[in-house]
Formats: sequence, structure tokens, C-alpha cells
Amino acid sequence: MSVGYHIVVCAGIVPDPLQALEPMQGSAGFALKNEMMLPAVLDTWASTALYNAFHLAKQHSGTRVWLVSAAPRAKLQQVLMSVGQKGSFELIPIDCQASGFVDSYELGELLADTIKGIHGLNRNRLLIFGGWESGSRSSGTTLQVIAEKLEIRDVFMGVDELQVLGDGAIEVLERVEGGKHLRSRCSAPPIVVGWATGNLPEPPNNPQIGMQNMRWIMPALQKAKIASLTTTELKVLEASLPTQLRNTRVVRDMTPDQIAQELVEWILKK
Amino acid sequence: MGRLLVFLHTEEEGKLGRTAFEALTAAREVCEALNWDDLIVAVIGAGADKATAELSGFPAKQVVVLDAPEFSKPRYSTDSLAAYEIVTRFKPDVVVGPNTSRFQRALPGGIYRAGGKTDTHICAVFARDRQLFAKKWIYRQRIEVTFTRTSKPWGLLVEPGAFKPAKMSTGSVSFEKIVIPIPEGLDRTVVLEVKGAISGVQTVRPDADLLFVAGAGWTKKQSDGQIHLKEAEELIKEFLELTGASLGSTKSLVDLSAEGAATLSFLTPLNQVGQTGSTPRHPRGLATCCHGEEPHTVGWRFINERRAINLDPNCGWARGKADVLYVADAFAVIRKVNELLRQLKK
Repeated sequence: MSVGYHIVVCAGIVPDPLQALEPMQGSAGFALKNEMMLPAVLDTWASTALYNAFHLAKQHSGTRVWLVSAAPRAKLQQVLMSVGQKGSFELIPIDCQASGFVDSYELGELLADTIKGIHGLNRNRLLIFGGWESGSRSSGTTLQVIAEKLEIRDVFMGVDELQVLGDGAIEVLERVEGGKHLRSRCSAPPIVVGWATGNLPEPPNNPQIGMQNMRWIMPALQKAKIASLTTTELKVLEASLPTQLRNTRVVRDMTPDQIAQELVEWILKK
Repeated sequence: MGRLLVFLHTEEEGKLGRTAFEALTAAREVCEALNWDDLIVAVIGAGADKATAELSGFPAKQVVVLDAPEFSKPRYSTDSLAAYEIVTRFKPDVVVGPNTSRFQRALPGGIYRAGGKTDTHICAVFARDRQLFAKKWIYRQRIEVTFTRTSKPWGLLVEPGAFKPAKMSTGSVSFEKIVIPIPEGLDRTVVLEVKGAISGVQTVRPDADLLFVAGAGWTKKQSDGQIHLKEAEELIKEFLELTGASLGSTKSLVDLSAEGAATLSFLTPLNQVGQTGSTPRHPRGLATCCHGEEPHTVGWRFINERRAINLDPNCGWARGKADVLYVADAFAVIRKVNELLRQLKK
């Protein structure tokens, strides 16, 4: 009989990747221009973490999935309208900034404290999931802070695959240099897993699950803990968009043979 | 006067990799900018003692080595312990290391345990008024930030390709071996193997001189109204073999494979460049059949010399982004390029 896992997924929100981003300096430091107006999505690699949590929950009965998300409440609610239709979870929202200018260490500590406070969490069945890097801070350090605060010493980053073996051991494939994977086996939970793209497709929206989730999501959002991330340790001096525009030579009148000749010379040039 | 610790690890074959020498350059730049001369180098991993010979000529006051078998494999539990113990022992103000998968996994946690904070993907360092600043990209390479930290130690993991590898002389280097006792419970994870590319074709080559980016156009109908997937595959494969180039692909092409649609058989998500993929730093890049505007084009933002082949002269991937845009059929051009390269090889 499977006893299931306790999976805590840490996932923030980021502006829709197709939006134009512009940094601006305000009284509280740097932020994105019109940040609250930009449509948001669940962070890409954190989404992988959530979908893999749903996948594990299907395979192991008795598994519980929590989604801990630190983001402005209104934006989070908007994102959860679609995410909430993809699988069942219990939401633990934290109403705070979700910006690339936030210090990942301060955020990691906040998330760790929140996880510690989850009632009934069984450390021996605990899997902490998240994206290995956020699409905003691009730091890849938040999950390690959580691991350190919770004294978990088995941490895997850039994970594309996780398998539970017959003896309960967990095997993971982590991305390493050169398009390769590192295959490791951990004897048992607790572990911390920073997901990369993974191999699973995005689950389809299921309005029925969405309706069920919304019964819990809305009250949870109403009771969201309010936090403020105001580090003094990290100071951003400047934030800018790349402005370099190349003077492209557009070649329209060369035959494929001539282009090939030019390209070969370029490729072989040291 | 502050102290800087350079943290390095050996690669599989027991040598220091290119990224280690790039970290040495970054460390030197930090020391020069702050006028520091108290520099310590720590090398961990299998063959670390022999690898110190590669550090000859580097102005380190001390070189320490941790080469016990428990620290030979990349594993969070032991690597973070190594970072914690070495940082606690030498009390540096700044720690510099390469942003490899091994160190990005373990150093932020180990240094945090020792009371410090680590920033990753650092692409430049400089000092102003005796204060250290670093630069990195946020929002997936779309905004560049210049920042500083008051944390001690401040860890800086330098992005591969962002600094020139330090040039060393040959000779022996005296070093001290350190021993770190391993507490119980740190062997729960066993590293089994490094697996090659999922598809069996090794196409991601970070050290390659050239990045070849294949776009979704390769899988679309060509001028004869037919799809030529097999031919596309053969042309690209042969080009990679002849040039030793690394293969990147756009998200749309990788997504096709995830959706089960016909695409290049050797592509995996690891080839994906751009917003949700990698942003490699090769000296040269050749994009073929790639389409899209910002933010997709961040995939080759850090490529120095860029050329593109596309049938659309106004393609947002190339206009203003590439140095040269050839308005041509990529099939015809790459077929001829392969032919010329084959002849030259003979």
C-alpha cells in the first residue's frame, strides 16, 4: 500500500514572456514599468515542478500537493484561474512582491518559514519542488536556501526526470554541461528538487478540477499572509535593457553557391 | 584589505576545465579592482592534487586541495559541506567560482550555511569607491543589472564564456591537502553516472567555436510544396560533424517534438536556446530558418559574430540582431556548405 508523498511546490509568477519589459527606478528601488498591468503566468520551470507533482500524486495514492506561492495576491488569483484547472492542490499564498529585483535569499527564507508552518507535513515523505531558476531573478539559489533552512542535504537542480523505484529510492536526472545528464539515486525523502523542462506535457485544463480547487483557492487567497521583501544587503545600482542594434548586412543577390563559399571562409576563419 | 577565495573543481578526467580558468580571471579582476593580494585557491574533486600544477604562475598565497573520494562526485550533500568548511576555515570576504552545474547546485547552499550569500551567472565585476559591483542578467537575459551586496562572504559564480580563461605557466605548485570529516547521513545520495545525450547524438558542445541554430522552418513545406524532414536531418547532422558546431534550436522546434509532431529526431529540450532554454556564449553563431522577435532572440544574444540564413529579409530574428542576413534557401546553402567542407576535409 502506498502512503503517498507530501509534495510542497514553490512557484512564483512572472510577466508573460511575450511582454515588453522596461526597468524603472522608484522610491522603493527598481521595478518593472507598469508591472501590475502586465499579464502574468506561473514561472515556467516552476510549472514543470507543479505538473510533475500532479504526475507523482496520480502514481502514489495518498499524496498531498501544496502550492506555496509568493506573489501579489491579485496577480496570483488571475494566474490560478488557469493553473487551478490542471490538478488538485492546496494553496498557501503569500501576498508580496514577485519581481526580478527581489533578493532570492530573503524570498527563500520566507518560503522556508512558510513551509515549516504547514500543519501535518511529514518530513519523511517530504519532496520540495520548484523551478531550478526563476524566470525573473534567474538566480537558482532560492531552493538551496529552503534546503538549508529545513536542513535537507539532498538537493537536485536542473532536473528533467524523477522516478520512484520499487524500494522507495528516488532516481533523478539532472542537467549537466554538454547536454548530458547526471543520474543519481537518493535512498528516501526528504529531498529538494529544482526542475528544468522535464519530459511531461502540460496537463490539459479540467474545469471540474478547477471548480473544486476554487472552493479552496479563493478563501486561501483571502487569508494570504502579507509579507514585504525589503533587503538591505542587496543593492541594485543600475538596470538597463540591451540597446545594441546591429547594422545587419542584408544579402539578397548572391546564389546559394556564393553564400556557401562565403560561409565556409567565415567558418574556417580563426 | 580583504581576502578572496577561488573555489574550483576538477572535471571528470581530473583536470581543471575552461570555466575554472575563467573564474581565475574574474578573481584576478576582483583583486586588482580592490587592490587585494590575499588570494587563496581551493580545488576539490578527483585528481585535485595533480590539477594544482595547472595553477602555476597564479598569484595565490595558498592553494588547498580536497581530493578525498567522497568529494570526487558532484553531490549537494558533500559539495556544500566542502564549501561550508573551507569558507568557515579561511573566512574570505569574497568567494569566486565557475557557474558550472556542480557549483551552482552546491555553493549557494554551502556558503549560505557559512553565513554568506552567493550570486550566480555573473558576467562582469568592477569596483567603485573601493566597493565591489557585479553585473548579471535577470528576466532571462532581458535586463542587465549592476548590483552589490554587503554579505560576507559574497559568493560570485561567473558565467561560462563571460571572462577570458587565465593563461598559466607550467610548473609545480605547493599545496596543502585538507581533510573534512563527513558527518553521518550525507551518503544518502549516490551518483551513478553521467548519461550522454538522450537521443544518442551528442549535439550540445559548449566549447564549440560555432553555434548552429535550427529553426522551425526546416520542418515546413518547401518551395515544391513538400516537407523534407529527412533531408533536413541529414544536412544538419553532416554540418555538425564537419564543423564540430554545437546545435541550438528554437522553442517552436523543440515544442513540435514534445507535441509528437514530425521534427528533427536528435533534438531535445537541451538544445533549446532562448527565453526558456539556454543562452550559450560561442564566438560565432549561424541561425537558419529561425523566426521571431524579442524575447525569442535572446537565445543568441551572447554570440559575438552572428550570421543568419532566412527567406524573409525582414525576419525579426536576424534584422538588427545578425551581422549578415543571407536571404536564401537554407537547404540549398547548407547542402553546398557541406559539399565544400567535405572537399576541404579530403
